[in-house]
Amino acid sequence: MNTTATRLRHTTLILTAFGLLAFFFADISVTTRDPGIELAKIGHGFLTPDFLATEKLWQALGYTLSFALQGVAVGITGGFLLALLWRWRLVRTASAVLRAIHELFWGLLFLQVFGLSTLTGLLAIAVPYCGIFAKVFGEFLEESDRAPARALPAGSDGFSSFWFARLPLVWQHMKTYGAYRVECAVRSSAILGFIGLPTIGFHLETAFRQGAYSTGAALLYLFLLVILSLRLWLRPVLLPLWLFATLLWQPPQASVTSGRLIRFLSEDIVPAPLRQADWQWSELADWLLNLLHEQILPGLGQTLILGMAALLVTGILALLMFPLISSQFGHRLSRGAGHSLLVLLRTLPEFLLAFVFVLVLGPSMLPGILALALHTGAIVAHLCGRFTDTLSLRVDAPGGLNRYAFEVLPRIYPNFLAFLLYRWEIIMRETAILGVLGITTLGFYIDSAFSELRVDRALVLIGAGVMLNLAVDAISRGLRQRLRLQHGLTDQS
Amino acid sequence: MMFQLDQLSIRRQGADILHEINLCIEQGEKVALLGPSGAGKSTLLEALRRQQSLQSAWCPQQGALVPMLSVFHNIYMGALDRHSALYNLANLIRPMKAQWQQVGQLADELGIADKLRTSVDRLSGGQAQRTALGRALFSCRDILLADEPVSSLDENQGEALLRLALSRHHTTVTALHDRELALHCCDRIIGLKDGRIIIDSPCQDLRLQDLNELYRRR
Repeated sequence: MNTTATRLRHTTLILTAFGLLAFFFADISVTTRDPGIELAKIGHGFLTPDFLATEKLWQALGYTLSFALQGVAVGITGGFLLALLWRWRLVRTASAVLRAIHELFWGLLFLQVFGLSTLTGLLAIAVPYCGIFAKVFGEFLEESDRAPARALPAGSDGFSSFWFARLPLVWQHMKTYGAYRVECAVRSSAILGFIGLPTIGFHLETAFRQGAYSTGAALLYLFLLVILSLRLWLRPVLLPLWLFATLLWQPPQASVTSGRLIRFLSEDIVPAPLRQADWQWSELADWLLNLLHEQILPGLGQTLILGMAALLVTGILALLMFPLISSQFGHRLSRGAGHSLLVLLRTLPEFLLAFVFVLVLGPSMLPGILALALHTGAIVAHLCGRFTDTLSLRVDAPGGLNRYAFEVLPRIYPNFLAFLLYRWEIIMRETAILGVLGITTLGFYIDSAFSELRVDRALVLIGAGVMLNLAVDAISRGLRQRLRLQHGLTDQS
Repeated sequence: MMFQLDQLSIRRQGADILHEINLCIEQGEKVALLGPSGAGKSTLLEALRRQQSLQSAWCPQQGALVPMLSVFHNIYMGALDRHSALYNLANLIRPMKAQWQQVGQLADELGIADKLRTSVDRLSGGQAQRTALGRALFSCRDILLADEPVSSLDENQGEALLRLALSRHHTTVTALHDRELALHCCDRIIGLKDGRIIIDSPCQDLRLQDLNELYRRR
């Protein structure tokens, strides 16, 4: 067949084959003794939430919001400045590295220097977000129309022409994207609680680990409420006010002595064999080979397996779920229910979902795959569903399964693949951090290295994670270019 | 009586698309709809379709085909309602021999037999139009409602194809812009202008000049 659909089909078959291969190698056992009982207990907790059990609840909420707002403020400033230099390869590479490392790993890294402090919380969000903003803003500027700038009178200085003829073209996009990222930052900030920072995630983890499911459920409800109501009270005009309030309440600070910083830079991060006075190259090679053999390769392998398996399930779930919200199917009531389900799955961070699933199913890959696929699948389904609303089908188009398979699916499939491939990189990033929950991806080894105070090892492992992410990003970009896929909508939920 | 419209008016976004249309079409008539663009031809066709949706083969201008699917699949889609959804799905994944032959035969008559495996987004405008007409013909209905089905083809090919399409249905209503083609192939002409019928008579009573009135600017 000489059809466009065939090319899309081949790419799908290749991705499916890798996904199935991953499932073949994946450890998807249930390791808890009685998942049903645990599930029933958790379910009971969700039916009987206890909002008064958590002490310092308001403080936790405050910390969650201040890290998020301050982190985004710093990140957006840095990202904007980097975006101005986007034509430099060095800047592009640097921001790719910044965003390839997950907030949680940045948090673990800054914990070593600044301890459990407000500065750690701020930087853990600001640094990766700086890389993300740099990329998105850089591409906005790259893709914007240059004609207005060219039409300025000759001799206009670059500074003025930027403010008058370049920035106004992308300003609205930047604002919209910034608002979306604030929501993401609140989620990231909550997750930082899992490495000990005093955000809402900390209390969530404690409650769930102690089996206090009513307390945990109340926290989860509160978290959902905060995120879903964000648009109501975090108005753009009020943003400076909120930011000022958080700065007043929790200024970013850390009690760091210069000795500690020097020790970190000159000792902790130096590979162990190099710390002796008379070190040899062979010792460093042995150390690296050892690390490669025992941690990097298994960690990368498991991350890749989990990520590919999750990508497959994500794709399947997205294709099953997008009709729930599509105006091409169902009626107002069914679409309303579909929207509620997708909003719920999109709002809950995959890490949090994975955490609850690990409690029920034990730390195999199964909870990780489920959590990643449900969350990402809902995002892709949402984007696909919204795209189907723009289709105008002929009036005699068939209904039901025929409509889905013949009229709608072929038309949205290029977009579906673009959304999915675009999310692939993010799935890999999230897969790595699931290690913190005990699933043996790369993050498991990174977390262990940090808790054994072996920062040198942790850095090498993080570096390996960056490489994996950059490779996945390159493959995804290559595939999208080969298929000439345009997702058409920006990365916004 | 196949179609009957009494005082039909349609307003969209505050503008009159159709204004008090009275129309009656009997079984066996081959009607051509003429009129400048924006006269309301497509809207009138839609209104007719609503009266006989189950008996009408439908060949619209917009959104008629699925670009990334092959010519085979686009023609096969005319028959989706004749089979179970699972049978259709099987044919989407891998066309069955019987269906391939039937669709192939029709494609041969339409002059696109060699394009059966090609997706519509890789066809010329004329080839895509033949495919769209193929989908309508493959639905095997009694009535054909077609909106400019041969506008991208040259005169000779267009006439041959239109005659083929008309011969497969006992009653047809076709929107056309080519006045001569309408006079040659159809037996009744309805002329629309600004949402009103200003000409409605058998072809033998009309000459080419009579139709010019439709396109004259005020």
